[in-house]
Amino acid sequence: MATTEPDQARLTAPERLAHHEPPTGGPDLVQTPSQTIGPFFAFALPFDGGPFLVPPAAPHAVRLHGSVLDGAGAPVPDALLEVWQRDADGRVVAEPGSRRRDRGAFTGFGRVATEVDGTYEFRTELPGPDAHGARWALVTVFARGLLHHLFTRVYFVPGGEEEPTDVLLAQLPPERRRTLLAGPDADGAYRFDVRLQGEDETVFLDYPGPR
Amino acid sequence: MTDAPTQQDISAEIADAHRAAAGRASRHPSRDSAPYRSSGLRHPTHELVRVDPEEIERVAPAFGHVDVDPYENDLTIQHPGEPLGERIILTGRVLDGAGRPVRNQLVEVWQANASGRYVHKRDQHPAPLDPNFTGVGRTLTDDTGAYRFVTIKPGPYPWRNHRNAWRPAHIHFSLFGNAFTERLVTQVYFPGDPLFALDPIYQSIPDQAARDRLIATYDHDLTVPEWATGYRWDIVLTGATATWREDEHGDH
Repeated sequence: MATTEPDQARLTAPERLAHHEPPTGGPDLVQTPSQTIGPFFAFALPFDGGPFLVPPAAPHAVRLHGSVLDGAGAPVPDALLEVWQRDADGRVVAEPGSRRRDRGAFTGFGRVATEVDGTYEFRTELPGPDAHGARWALVTVFARGLLHHLFTRVYFVPGGEEEPTDVLLAQLPPERRRTLLAGPDADGAYRFDVRLQGEDETVFLDYPGPR
Repeated sequence: MTDAPTQQDISAEIADAHRAAAGRASRHPSRDSAPYRSSGLRHPTHELVRVDPEEIERVAPAFGHVDVDPYENDLTIQHPGEPLGERIILTGRVLDGAGRPVRNQLVEVWQANASGRYVHKRDQHPAPLDPNFTGVGRTLTDDTGAYRFVTIKPGPYPWRNHRNAWRPAHIHFSLFGNAFTERLVTQVYFPGDPLFALDPIYQSIPDQAARDRLIATYDHDLTVPEWATGYRWDIVLTGATATWREDEHGDH
């Protein structure tokens, strides 16, 4: 049984990393391969409150929304998106309870399936700026037809704030960088479209390490 | 559907894809996998952009007993009656690349019933639904990284990738590691399935040794007399390594 009840701990990320054991020194184990999420996840993975990192009526709630589009520009009605982000104070939280939002804890994690028209919507709080002054969330994309999920980042650019720069953005040409930036639209919502393929293809990420 | 590709066409494309990938050790499927038709417009054509994970990417969301009830790991007790089919125990450990257990993490599963039918409203396979089986389970790994599900062995089912296309029996798994970069969604299969060679999704992984990692092992020691057969399947989540590890093992 679990002996570490994460409810107790609101640990910073370095504390959480320190919690991990050192490597065993044993032989490196090989990654289990990915397979597509398939078409039939909607009865299993989405959950009540998944899109609501904060209650929609919260005064500081912002709308993060957009469409998932394929290489022909057609909406993808069977994608699943996850966001994972710092809280408004820029802290990395370690709160459980994403599946039970009624506890009111900000967990930093959200999940939503796209609608039949390929659109999605989260309610969250603006992540506080990181060490580079950038406000961003990690976005993970799953879909039927996608054999291995894709990681990307959405950078929030609130009105009046300068375009952020960090190690990732700095290495991108302007037309590609643009795919990661979300500014407030007329309704104050942040729009972030995910284009899986093609000319305006979203920048997707690859992390070093064994793949 | 008269010009839908045949299994022979798809099998030839799978063989071509494997030949083209020979010598390139790949632990994951190629996202651009022509025999799996739906991948055509849904894979990126730009190179992925290499970036070092930031702090938030080196940790993962926390899940606890507030998120998952203990009985959710038994898919056979969610309804008044017993589901039809072959009762199985599926267990294993979730480990990172260094062999450390992934503790207290969320494992989610979903699957078709014994007849090969999903509860999902868009599943049109004319096989019976089972009023006593939904096919959704979740659990938290324990201190050794172990998970355990009791369920029904799913049936194979037809799909429309090509003419007479059938998926081998499988259970979908969604896994979180110690870092978000270790996130994984995959499928576990059962030994000896005659559909392995024909399936463009399973065969999207070019390397046989990598494909084998998705097949559970029958384990008679897990089998419970007069009750259920037992299968073991361990999962390894590597993803990116945490920075402090790289500092300690810069040549890793």
